[in-house]
Amino acid sequence: MRFCARAANNMFKQVFVITAAFLLTAASLIAQSDGSQQNQTGRAGTFAIVGARIVPVTGPVIENGTIVIRDGKIASVGPGASVPSGAERIDGSGLSVYPGMIDAFTRMGLAEIPQGANATMDVNETGSMNANAKAITGINPHSSHINVTRVNGITTVLSAPGGGTVAGQSAVINLNGSTQADMSVVPQMGLVINFPRIALFSGFTPGVGPNAVDFNTAQRRRNEQVDELKKIFTDAENYARAKDAYAKDRSLPYPATDLRLEAMVPYVRGENSIFFTVERERDIRAALQFISDLNLKGVIVGGQDAHLVATELKRQNVPVVFTHIYSLPPRPDDPYDYLFAGPAKMHQAGIKFAVSTGDQGGEVRDLPYHAGLAGAYGLPREEALKAVTIYPAEILGIADRAGSLEAGKIANVVVTDGDILDPRTNIRHMFIGGRLIPLTSRHTELFDSFKDRR
Amino acid sequence: MRKALVATITAALLALGVSAQTGEVLIKNATILTASRGTIENSDILIRDGKIARIASNISAGSGARVIDATGKFVTPGIIDAHSHTMMNAVNEGSLSVTSMTRIRDVLNPRDVAIYRGLAGGVTAALLLHGSANAIGGQSSTVKFKYGRDMEDFLVEGAPEGIKFAMGENPKRSSQTFTGGQTPRYPRTRMGVLETMRDAFVRARDYKQSLDDFRAKKTRVPPRRDMELEPLVEILEGRRLVHAHGYRSDEQLNLLRLAEEFGFRVGTLQHGLEAYKFAPEIAKHGAGVSIFIDSWSYKLEAYDSIPYNAFILWKNGVNVSINSDSNERMRRLNLDAAKVMKYGGVPEQDALQMITLNPAKQLGIDRRTGSVDVNKDADLVIWSEHPFSPYAHVEKTIVEGEIFFDRAEDIARRSQLEAERKQLEALDINKAPGTGGTQPRIPQERIRGDLDDADRDGGHR
Repeated sequence: MRFCARAANNMFKQVFVITAAFLLTAASLIAQSDGSQQNQTGRAGTFAIVGARIVPVTGPVIENGTIVIRDGKIASVGPGASVPSGAERIDGSGLSVYPGMIDAFTRMGLAEIPQGANATMDVNETGSMNANAKAITGINPHSSHINVTRVNGITTVLSAPGGGTVAGQSAVINLNGSTQADMSVVPQMGLVINFPRIALFSGFTPGVGPNAVDFNTAQRRRNEQVDELKKIFTDAENYARAKDAYAKDRSLPYPATDLRLEAMVPYVRGENSIFFTVERERDIRAALQFISDLNLKGVIVGGQDAHLVATELKRQNVPVVFTHIYSLPPRPDDPYDYLFAGPAKMHQAGIKFAVSTGDQGGEVRDLPYHAGLAGAYGLPREEALKAVTIYPAEILGIADRAGSLEAGKIANVVVTDGDILDPRTNIRHMFIGGRLIPLTSRHTELFDSFKDRR
Repeated sequence: MRKALVATITAALLALGVSAQTGEVLIKNATILTASRGTIENSDILIRDGKIARIASNISAGSGARVIDATGKFVTPGIIDAHSHTMMNAVNEGSLSVTSMTRIRDVLNPRDVAIYRGLAGGVTAALLLHGSANAIGGQSSTVKFKYGRDMEDFLVEGAPEGIKFAMGENPKRSSQTFTGGQTPRYPRTRMGVLETMRDAFVRARDYKQSLDDFRAKKTRVPPRRDMELEPLVEILEGRRLVHAHGYRSDEQLNLLRLAEEFGFRVGTLQHGLEAYKFAPEIAKHGAGVSIFIDSWSYKLEAYDSIPYNAFILWKNGVNVSINSDSNERMRRLNLDAAKVMKYGGVPEQDALQMITLNPAKQLGIDRRTGSVDVNKDADLVIWSEHPFSPYAHVEKTIVEGEIFFDRAEDIARRSQLEAERKQLEALDINKAPGTGGTQPRIPQERIRGDLDDADRDGGHR
């Protein structure tokens, strides 16, 4: 213990010099912290990152290139070092440039502290049918999860509601902005449906455990719930037709507005994606049948067993947002790496997928390490990177604007000193919507307050 | 039926442990991260009788030695998880606020598949702790993950005894709701938690006095044996380590002061998510701290947790370990240690020590494990690449010279297990209802409701 303390102090001195030098450099480049725990919005401008290793994701790596950011967009990406006049030059030597990472399923801004501060939770609305509940109206732009997440290189997330069967509509947000509108990339998409499952447990007897349910009973219950869900879709379809009919012929009786059904219309008509949370093979098959029967645009979220349903997923062109790298195998006799290897198995089977934390907010910053772990268990490294950049962008319908470094896309750009999926890598600069974001967070501010206390 | 199926497959997994070698093992040509003396390139490790016998290049093996080619691979000490509830059939005896008479060793399940999954993440030893429901909880057990063996073989011989303490939201039972007729348990405030501890130590001190008087023959009447106070007397006599769960800096500092008042040193502050706020005081007291690297905001008292906690404690010379408190997280503690390099800039070896040598010291077993050094137990992990790389996986995990996890063997066995599963499912007794079979019995899942804090296995939502 004593020896350890001495050795640690000696080593600290060396590290301290390096760290201090880095912090001073960083401090001169970024806006100073205003000491608040709010999410500082950074500053706009024209920036050129010069002489960096650029990883566009959708194209080959450029070993010594320049990326120019202007008017919130990526103006150019390419080899060479031509810097437009008036641009702020950022030396990229020894650094790598990546697109901001995207987490395609979180509760960002809807959840702050689940235990002990219930009033900070806005994930689960009461009732089972809340299609009109919109995450974009519940997200707290000043949540400290936002600054903690983005300084790890995540610039964009889907924030999704969670309660009941039809939980509500998600929002795609950039992790910057003082208002919900400032943050919004796609304000309303991704209707969340917690798809009814064959539940072999129901309730809990203290001291005994979960109560078992007969399989046939569980299957019958599930079918009834699916029928009820189908009825909601039929109602919404009929509602939309009545509205359309009235629009064409005002002599028809006026159909009263129903906010819940109204919200369903773009989803019922397959114009917008529905996110089905579903895990087991049998339940994924049922969800796919539902998607096929009603001709919907579906996404599977969770997807523990998705690789077992490859044929159907591919035939129906349904992608998977896989949220279970940090989960234990669902069955005791599963291989120990059953879920670590999930993305690799989906990749081999040709399923379109993204890797997601599925987290409420605080641990969304681990997104790169979820992808990295998938890489440790068979997913090619380039695919691991795509699984948290361009693939989630495609699934969220924003690949024309985000997910890669290409001219014309939103300037969500991250500059690192190493592989972005490596937990040892530091983020050195980052841009969201072309704004240079201070690398401060609730955590760096608490660190600064106490690091030198004696 | 289903239960039989699970049992059979578990038995097959257990067979992996049985196939492990005894006698000499020679690991050839590895990059060794010793955790004590830096990195040794291209070196061999000779294991004899469960101990590390030699570390050098070009060691030639005796006949009958098992030789493992580790060219291009990395070897580290086995990971030690200083806060675990793995293989425990019960976590909390939550009826009293002082349950020092209870023992974790009485509820150990050596066949918990979580042990095997932990081995597959490079974990070789763990401190198994009572839950945090009580100000003073039960007696802990220090185990090595010898999956497939009897429970007695798991217990680490000579490891100091320990006990769980807890402060804050959990012993206050903050999340508990009371229905008609139920009364809250004392204590309900942080004030009461501290007084519960003080009261117990005053009683223990009195009990010790009467024991001492009897031993000194001042009286011929021995005191009535007290199973609640005996472990507390051991704490007062420096023979039992206190592992104290807590979050807020103020209450953990109060515990250190209480310990100083009664003349003992706290072994570890567990979680200690605000330990960075009073690191100099911890260093002065001499307690270790065992933390989550970056969990936060899952409960109110975890809102000020920061990932720089490890760095600040390390800078102050405090012995820091990074634990999992989770069957899930246990499997990736190498990446948690890697994060210490990023959050503040702890050097590589010091980061590695936080999951190996430092927890070994906290558990009082560092003389026999925690680093790759001659004469220590051969508790080793062979990694596919540098263990701090996100792309690294464990190839083999060795406990006292025996291979308890081997990825290649595990993969080779899968088709056989699959075939066995199909065969079992086809048996009449396992047929689905309506096809001639009977309703399968569903095995009772483990009761997971009373685990600690960040243990949210698979339950992100």
